[in-house]
Amino acid sequence: MSVSVQREDFDPGAELAALTAGRSDVGGVCLFVGLVRDSASDADVTAMTLEHYPGMTERMLEKIEAEACRRWPLQGCRIVHRYGRLEAGERIVLVATASPHRAAAFESSRFLIDWLKTRAPFWKVEHGRDGEDRWVEAKAEDDAVAAQWER
Amino acid sequence: MKLLYFAWLKTQIGKSEEVVQPPASVATVADLLDWLPQQGPAYKVIAERRATIRVAINQDFARPDQAVAPGDEVALFPPVTGG
Repeated sequence: MSVSVQREDFDPGAELAALTAGRSDVGGVCLFVGLVRDSASDADVTAMTLEHYPGMTERMLEKIEAEACRRWPLQGCRIVHRYGRLEAGERIVLVATASPHRAAAFESSRFLIDWLKTRAPFWKVEHGRDGEDRWVEAKAEDDAVAAQWER
Repeated sequence: MKLLYFAWLKTQIGKSEEVVQPPASVATVADLLDWLPQQGPAYKVIAERRATIRVAINQDFARPDQAVAPGDEVALFPPVTGG
């Protein structure tokens, strides 16, 4: 169970290996990686910069992870989120969960990314091909998806 | 009270943090959001985009009716867009 907030890239393979290292009771790992898309909004996007709230970010990610562990029988849980300038195609975020059964791994990893998108204090500014910077606006559909996990 | 601004609030207000001393009548998050726009033209954005602004007190999300105290770290920001 751990979270990392970092500027540098991460290695999904190494993260996967770390989740299951030294144990043979894991039934499955579900690992999601989010990337920078080159057409995130109307104009073509060449890169984006992620700003965050140091301190609160780590705190919120730890809370989200703890909530996942409370809801599902997880053997491992990992969140890595990058900040700073990221070019189109680069990795932004990784969430991964390990569980004896696939349903818990699938559901909990989806929960992590859905809640993270609406609760972790990150903000994206897109750098367009036209030279303009645009702050990304929160999407109502992300709120709706996250709300499905409320209980 | 320490204030932090993020994303377009930071660019519009022109700073990322500052220390303010609101009067004792500023008791809640809503009071603070009423008081700040009176502190100069740079803060007008807070009144203009009031419904969009989210607030955290001491690094936890806060509701409009939640109390603010002199020693608090209060952050103002737009809805988050990570992930």
